[in-house]
Amino acid sequence: MSELKKTPLYEIHKSLGARLVPFAGWEMPVQYSGVMDEHKAVREAAGLFDVSHMGEIEIKGSQALDFVQKITTNDASLLSTKQAQYSLICYPDGGIVDDTIVYKFSDEHYMLCVNASNAEKDYQWLCEQHDGTFDIQLKDISNQYALIALQGPKASMILGALHGTNIPSIKSFHFDFVTLSNVETIVSKTGYTGEDGFEIYIEPGKAAGLWEAIMEAGDPYGLKPAGLGARDTLRLEMKYTLYGNDIDATTSPFEANLGWVVKLDKGDFIGREALQRQKEKGIKRKLVCIEVTGKGIPRQGYEIYSEDKPVGLVTSGTMSPSLGIGVAIGYVDSEHALAGKEVNIMVRGKAIKGLIIPPPFYKK
Amino acid sequence: MNFPSELKYTKEHEWIKVDGNIVLAGITDYAQDALGDVVFLELPEVNSEFSRGETFGVVESVKAVSDLYAPLSGTVTRINETLVDEPETINEDPYENSWMIEIKLSNETELDNLMDAAAYEAYVKEIS
Repeated sequence: MSELKKTPLYEIHKSLGARLVPFAGWEMPVQYSGVMDEHKAVREAAGLFDVSHMGEIEIKGSQALDFVQKITTNDASLLSTKQAQYSLICYPDGGIVDDTIVYKFSDEHYMLCVNASNAEKDYQWLCEQHDGTFDIQLKDISNQYALIALQGPKASMILGALHGTNIPSIKSFHFDFVTLSNVETIVSKTGYTGEDGFEIYIEPGKAAGLWEAIMEAGDPYGLKPAGLGARDTLRLEMKYTLYGNDIDATTSPFEANLGWVVKLDKGDFIGREALQRQKEKGIKRKLVCIEVTGKGIPRQGYEIYSEDKPVGLVTSGTMSPSLGIGVAIGYVDSEHALAGKEVNIMVRGKAIKGLIIPPPFYKK
Repeated sequence: MNFPSELKYTKEHEWIKVDGNIVLAGITDYAQDALGDVVFLELPEVNSEFSRGETFGVVESVKAVSDLYAPLSGTVTRINETLVDEPETINEDPYENSWMIEIKLSNETELDNLMDAAAYEAYVKEIS
């Protein structure tokens, strides 16, 4: 196995006593003070995450929009400059290559932020689709950015305190160029926690200084460093899908309830025909939220039963730190995928009771 | 990290408090720290029998499921129901009130295989 990559914040994580684990080829902090404590900080105050492992791909040129439209399912033509959009990259059969945030810098300049585990695969996929046929330049710029996520109800106040003015005026799924601690950054009002917050792109050499400046500004507000463990429990409580767990090449956007980012009438794109057929024929299974009403914690791969009949599989499961109960998301045969339906989840050979509920698990 | 000197230890990071042929067993400070926030504990029925090394229960943190291995062979005479209801106690203090099961030993010679506190502490240093 090749050596694990380290983010520019690696030494900070070590000095904070983080537990570091291998993740998607990177050595990443999974927790600092503890998953529960960090999760609670993000829901009630704020948390600071190092997500520098995420990949970034730049698309520049006169046909940048045409290319983005071809390789993603959402309608990027609706984006204004400095606006961002959740989208999917699909295979011709409708399976998912990755989920992504599309950023529009100008009519001839877009950027995709992609999952760390898929970054190389995505770049290869984009290069194959380009194949010299568009007037664009594609560039993997993952090494040009560190990425710090500041998330929580106090995130706007903390960034305001650091900057001194109007950061909170950036609207949801918009971004802007902001000077923070004398460094040019891109501040994007996006996140993966269900809370208010920002994702801040910064050149790697300046990331450690910015991290420390944000931690200092956030101290009076209860800001804590938060790891991948809390990131996962936070996203799961919102039913945000995780590539590799809940979506992959074998799952369709419609099955995953991501049909809202599939714009079949925007013009041609990779996967459109297959997805159109799926939409017409209907889908066999759906990703649902299951709240455990019995005793136990569902985990990935556990079977879901309706009475004595197996009807699905858990794709992500945990103890919900906010709710204090087991929660799962998983694919269930469409005829059983109804809110209010009682199901059983098999935990080590024992059936524990659960209830299918409308998303999300955590409601403010 | 805390390793009380009156206890015995296993390489699976369990502690054992010996009283004749009756012992109490739980997981060590090292184990609770490695697990992180403990949120679920599953213990066996009273009167169930285990051989040394067999799985007798499960402890779960937010992120992970870990088996619990019988530190010694014998019959379970009591389980800590309070701990099942409040498994987070294990993170606060993994010893004393965080005992998991009481075992009546079927083979007391197995006690000779356990480590004392100094040996266990050295073992933990070696693997950390």
